[in-house]
Amino acid sequence: MNLTLRIWRQKGPEDKGRMVTYPVDDVSPDMSFLEMLDVLNERLILAGEDPVAFDHDCREGICGMCGLMINGDAHGPQRGTTACQLHMRQFTDGETIDIEPWRASAFPVVKDLVVNRSAFDKIIAAGGYVTAPTGSAPEAHSTPVAKANADAAFESAACIGCGACVAACPNGSGMLFTAAKLTQLSLLPQGQPERYTRVIGMVDAHDEAGFGGCTNAGECTPACPKGIPLNTIGRLNRDYLAATAKGANNTPGS
Amino acid sequence: MELFTEGDAIADTKAPAGPVEKRWETRRFEAKLVNPANRRKMTVIVVGTGLAGGSAAATLAEQGYHVKSYCYQDSPRRAHSIAAQGGINAAKNYRNDGDSVHRLFYDTVKGGDFRSRESNVHRLAEVSVNIIDQCVAQGVPFAREYGGLLDTRSFGGAQVQRTFYARGQTGQQLLLGAYQALERQIGLGNVEMNTRHEMLELVLIDDKARGIVVRDLVTGEISTEMADAVVLASGGYGNVFYLSTNAKGCNVTATWRAHRKGAYFANPCYTQIHPTCIPVSGDHQSKLTLMSESLRNDGRVWVPKTKGDDRSPKDIGEDERDYYLERIYPSFGNLVPRDIASRAAKNVCDEGRGVGPTKLGVYLDFADAIGRLGRKAIEAKYGNLFEMYERITGEDPYEVPMRIYPAVHYTMGGLWVDYDLQSNIPGLFVIGEANFSDHGANRLGASALMQGLADGYFVLPTTIANYLASGPLEKVDASHPAAVEARTDVEDRVQRLLAVDGDRTVDSFHRELGQIMWEHCGMERSEAGLRKAIDEIRALREQFWQRVKVSGTGEELNQSLEKAGRVADFFELAELMCIDALHREESCGGHFRAEHQTPDGEAQRDDDRFAYVAAWEFTADGEPSVLHKEDLNFEYVHPTQRSYK
Repeated sequence: MNLTLRIWRQKGPEDKGRMVTYPVDDVSPDMSFLEMLDVLNERLILAGEDPVAFDHDCREGICGMCGLMINGDAHGPQRGTTACQLHMRQFTDGETIDIEPWRASAFPVVKDLVVNRSAFDKIIAAGGYVTAPTGSAPEAHSTPVAKANADAAFESAACIGCGACVAACPNGSGMLFTAAKLTQLSLLPQGQPERYTRVIGMVDAHDEAGFGGCTNAGECTPACPKGIPLNTIGRLNRDYLAATAKGANNTPGS
Repeated sequence: MELFTEGDAIADTKAPAGPVEKRWETRRFEAKLVNPANRRKMTVIVVGTGLAGGSAAATLAEQGYHVKSYCYQDSPRRAHSIAAQGGINAAKNYRNDGDSVHRLFYDTVKGGDFRSRESNVHRLAEVSVNIIDQCVAQGVPFAREYGGLLDTRSFGGAQVQRTFYARGQTGQQLLLGAYQALERQIGLGNVEMNTRHEMLELVLIDDKARGIVVRDLVTGEISTEMADAVVLASGGYGNVFYLSTNAKGCNVTATWRAHRKGAYFANPCYTQIHPTCIPVSGDHQSKLTLMSESLRNDGRVWVPKTKGDDRSPKDIGEDERDYYLERIYPSFGNLVPRDIASRAAKNVCDEGRGVGPTKLGVYLDFADAIGRLGRKAIEAKYGNLFEMYERITGEDPYEVPMRIYPAVHYTMGGLWVDYDLQSNIPGLFVIGEANFSDHGANRLGASALMQGLADGYFVLPTTIANYLASGPLEKVDASHPAAVEARTDVEDRVQRLLAVDGDRTVDSFHRELGQIMWEHCGMERSEAGLRKAIDEIRALREQFWQRVKVSGTGEELNQSLEKAGRVADFFELAELMCIDALHREESCGGHFRAEHQTPDGEAQRDDDRFAYVAAWEFTADGEPSVLHKEDLNFEYVHPTQRSYK
């Protein structure tokens, strides 16, 4: 396959950035999308040009490090698939492909296609955990968990923190990410003691980090490579309302 | 010139004497403690945020130490532990199927082909039960039965169901549990987290580990960080093969730099080749993807009985198929340990019975299981793995058998540590896959997660106190001459890599190195092959330093520079791996020497000559390494020829 790539190049946070066109020939349909970028980068390096910086690590769809807007879609055209798992057989010979970084004010561009997603870590640090210091745990079978709850908790826990939900959202909201963690922990008995302080802490951290609010545009779930359901956000809102009514403050663990 | 010289024997002096089941209890009592008020004044550096590093950093911070944590990824949640699929072993015996701490201990020593320490392995088995409790308390969503209790399944090398799991994402869920505990400590100000930072040197002062030199991967700034102790949790070195199931960023640099500063590197040739990975599809291949071992619970491995049978699998009748694992190993069948399953796949492919376009593949067939349990049940168990397979290969494994082939997956070797997980350098602790660990010459499935979390949550936080309590250490800062020298070395090395400005990319060198290693130091090794590999590695390394082309500068985000530094270290490690493999004139676990096999092709150990840990000491560039032997004694699990028949 022969393709034309139009890639966002930006030297650093201060640079304005621009789209640059690169032809790439002899692409195998069995290549992953990132392997296709590897081929381009090998060529650029040998030509003395700056290779395209992009984040990636496990290349098996689980670490959440990769994230590209491909033709305007977060992670590209295939549902439930990260950019690293997207294969070139999804494209056609002669196609022009636009590749851009996640665009959201909470995710500033570091270089080219690399963005800073540390805002997600701050949301977790503000309550996305169960306070259970090492050594303090009771016997694992002391609290049974209904299978339906355990399965639903798992479904939300499958979030890989890639940020596709934010990139796809017209408001640049991180609500799906936040709601996924809240849902997981609120469905489990272990998560109950901190349930209401957690939701306040995490939502406040979300807002402080510069993410937009959720207006139920519903763009996030289709873009999510793990299919985190939209109804997690409804759950977040219910818990948030209940928490405000209870007057819980935002000190995690209090 | 000699490839190596032999030095003094070494021994683990920290494991207490006495009955094996009392040793950890004794050590916990005998280890000195640091009182809570003093912990606040002590700083511990932890490099890596996977299961071992993340759990250690969180736990040390909970105890009151000041922790500085480093990872090369953009978030601690992305460490490669996240990719572990199948599960985590624990001797809970919830199934009432005869499991016990002693059986897990026994299975692990046997599975490691009698090349691990009994004391360490017993402790691992003891602690395994606490890990499950801890993770459940954190909200890890393990698979459960309808009654609300935890589900378990079987894994290779065991005849009991002791593997706890969270669908095919167990590593992810355990890591997120540790990550969340770590983020809590970051939020509380007890951990200073440094993402997108890479350790490039160890700082020794008065022969003690007192700090590290790191490069900020975004700005390129090189800085020196000091502490009272340094913990390396930087993972394994499987990427020396270029193609492996490791993440692209996984590297040996942290442990290799420590090795060059005096830390012994133990058993580098013990690598695990995982039997069930998706076969290579072409030259563009950048990594290999694992299909969880748990699939062997329900999938049956086969190849055609006749060579060169190119028919579609559905046209090959039952009587024309060779379910070779079930045939050769009737009692364990498809669930033989990984080293055995991998070599068996290689053998049938070498015979010309491999399948798929490259003929380097065997079938993993779920037709029987789908017929017996129904498609829905298979979907529930393995749905995400089947989807992943289809995305990568374009084939539907519900309809067509999967094609699999072995790939480099895990490294049992690593820095030498004593029972306290301390290297031979005082103050340098090594945990998780980065140490030479508890797995001997072969790791059993679902034991890596167990070891990482055992080290990080329970072992290290106890043993490191014994070291810290022996202080107080002299106050030092980054202006100490030894720290300045380490930093200058790093700066010089970065400049050297940039200055070559040759005509070959880092990846092209890495690929070629990987081919040499796979060919000669992979599933089967021989004296002639290893000698050839050593020559080829040396020649290629010389080429690397003359011809590598690294674009850009050191003062920016420069992924080509990051790779160059890692590959330079892989070159040095590769040579040591081959020397280790050459000197070990026996076959054991993942180390299979063609010259040493039983008449029916199984690994032939030589316990009289090789029942020891090979701990290598670095001397100087171009000079032979020194081999130190630590004898292994087996008081409880008597070494036998491993049999899974």
